[in-house]
Amino acid sequence: MSTVTTADHHDEHHDHKPTGIKRWLFTTNHKDIGSMYLIFALVMFFIGGAMAMVIRLELFQPGLQFVDPQFFNQMTTVHGLIMVFGAVMPAFTGLANWMIPMMIGAPDMALPRMNNWSFWILPFAFLILLMTLFMPGGGPDFGWTFYAPLSTTYSNDTTALFVFSVHIMGISSIMGAINVIVTIVNMRAPGMTWMKMPLFVWTWLITAFLLIMVMPVLAGVVTMVLTDKYFATSFFDAAGGGDPVLFQHIFWFFGHPEVYIMILPAFGIISAIVPTFARKKLFGYASMVYATASIAILSFLVWAHHMFTTGMPVFALLFFMYTTMLIAVPTGVKVFNWVATMWRGAMTFEVPMMFALAFIVLFTIGGLSGVMLAITPADFQYHDTYFVVAHFHYVLVSGAVFSIVAAVYYWLPKWTGHMYDERLGQMHFWCSLISVNLLFFPMHFVGLAGMPRRIPDYALQFADFNAIISVGGFLFGLSQLIFVWVLIKCARGGEKAEARAWEGAEGLEWEVPSPAPYHTFDTPPEVK
Amino acid sequence: MNAKQTLIGKLSLLVVAMFAFGYALVPLYEVFCDITGINGKTASEPVSAEEAIVDTSREITIEFIARPNQQMPWVFKPEVRRMRVHPGEIHIMNYVAENPTLRSIVGQAVPSVSPGRAALFFHKIECFCFTQQYLAGGNDMLMPLQFYVDPALPAQYSTITLSYTLYDVTDQWQPEAQDNLSELGE
Repeated sequence: MSTVTTADHHDEHHDHKPTGIKRWLFTTNHKDIGSMYLIFALVMFFIGGAMAMVIRLELFQPGLQFVDPQFFNQMTTVHGLIMVFGAVMPAFTGLANWMIPMMIGAPDMALPRMNNWSFWILPFAFLILLMTLFMPGGGPDFGWTFYAPLSTTYSNDTTALFVFSVHIMGISSIMGAINVIVTIVNMRAPGMTWMKMPLFVWTWLITAFLLIMVMPVLAGVVTMVLTDKYFATSFFDAAGGGDPVLFQHIFWFFGHPEVYIMILPAFGIISAIVPTFARKKLFGYASMVYATASIAILSFLVWAHHMFTTGMPVFALLFFMYTTMLIAVPTGVKVFNWVATMWRGAMTFEVPMMFALAFIVLFTIGGLSGVMLAITPADFQYHDTYFVVAHFHYVLVSGAVFSIVAAVYYWLPKWTGHMYDERLGQMHFWCSLISVNLLFFPMHFVGLAGMPRRIPDYALQFADFNAIISVGGFLFGLSQLIFVWVLIKCARGGEKAEARAWEGAEGLEWEVPSPAPYHTFDTPPEVK
Repeated sequence: MNAKQTLIGKLSLLVVAMFAFGYALVPLYEVFCDITGINGKTASEPVSAEEAIVDTSREITIEFIARPNQQMPWVFKPEVRRMRVHPGEIHIMNYVAENPTLRSIVGQAVPSVSPGRAALFFHKIECFCFTQQYLAGGNDMLMPLQFYVDPALPAQYSTITLSYTLYDVTDQWQPEAQDNLSELGE
């Protein structure tokens, strides 16, 4: 036996780990990597949020006050990219890393070294993206959807860096997704059959398949943009026989499943939290699994509802309108099941439950505006207005982000071993709830009245609503500082959390002590 | 362990396949649009002038739109704005191009037909859009289009709009086309 193998042996079976920066750089532990993903996502949430604050500052009053239009466009673009690829997706990956092995009774992720790699390339992707803002010509300013020819003929010289950073984000997501699938398929504890898996695991499994199916398509479309701009190909250039509408088809073939990548894990989180605080089993477990799978399959058949105004034939308009509306059915099943789970439950209203309840209500509002947008003739009026902005912020902020916050509050005792400060948490919740509606609800009105998105100025009649929206925006941004305060306070100390931190909590993650030891389930548990 | 590696292999293959699929969407889109004609693209190859039976029972209005792309300094317009034709009749229509700059510029016209489905029934026997057009600075020229409307055009279409956008493709000019264009030039 050489000394090296002895050291390895030693590392694997005890809580011994390298200290300082090396622990974090070289770690292959799913809990360390999960924490890094979550902290990274939080940092990105604040960077992307700061950009939103610039946008709201400029739109506080009509006219141009603070930033020039080109910089405004860079802010809307990079805000979108960072929130989608830097905040929401890594936060879900972080939760997957932390919770999936513990939920299925596995000692770690299946591919721990790749796990390390898929996290550590991510900061570089965003460094490259953020760097472009300080370069001559500025960062990407063509919207996060980078439609050609805006991103080809009319884009600035830093577009190549934008493309590379998207490539790196894509590679990171794909590696993370492969890891999740291999872990779930191969490493479940004995007795953990498919239909016994917690819904968070189910939704993540399906999300991982979506990631593997569409992230390569995104990589392809950015590569086409790259070669169109720099290597004289004409994928999207009509002069050379290409078609700019083709860009939209390929982009949204990725883009629509991407929307569900950002919401399916949220469904899993809510399906874990609601039964805990209603102290009842989840209503309709099997229908939840099937609904998630149907949403995932349907997500590949609806992409052109983003393109109703491009001049499609009536047949295509109808096809995409109907398939889009069909998605409301499985989504409705989910909302119904959550409500039915709460029915006659012994409910208590701790912070995770409050965020979960807000999710159910506000996500449904976002879903309903989605159904409005799906109506083709109506969409001609709503297209590219603030109504669309209101819709996707309701599903992504008060949907995805609220679910992530709920998940953090829910599992924080398990991670830190301490209960968070309930009073501060409630304050964070109420401030967030009020400000998020102040921020996004009036956007419906200005959108219906015709205010276009992505424009730094607006007609005078929108001034009052925009002032309200901006105030809501600033308050929402400030409210998130309470969240950071709660997190720091909880990491440092607080009431000792029990193994089962919540009275009604079910699942393997609550069988291990709080805080979860560095290595859990070295010997697989028996699931009955 | 082995099951794990097989799964990793399969998933990696899926990633590669989906990347390829992204690229495959380009020709698929072309073929799909060619067959259905839904994006209003007309054929980029001439059709032979068949002796089509002229259907004198109905008239179709053809509207001509022409515009240079933003970066294209040429003046570019059709000689007439609209024409009424019987399906099957062969017509010639001229477009005027003028290069007001001092440098030679090569243009490429890209057609689009509206309503899109009618594109399948609009046949071009000869068109300046099939090749790149060279025009020396300060010169002008007439660019011909010879076409007929297929008598099989469904009755619901009474007006067809043919729109050309002219792009500056001087950068991508293929000089082998220079021979037959030299008469126009310097």
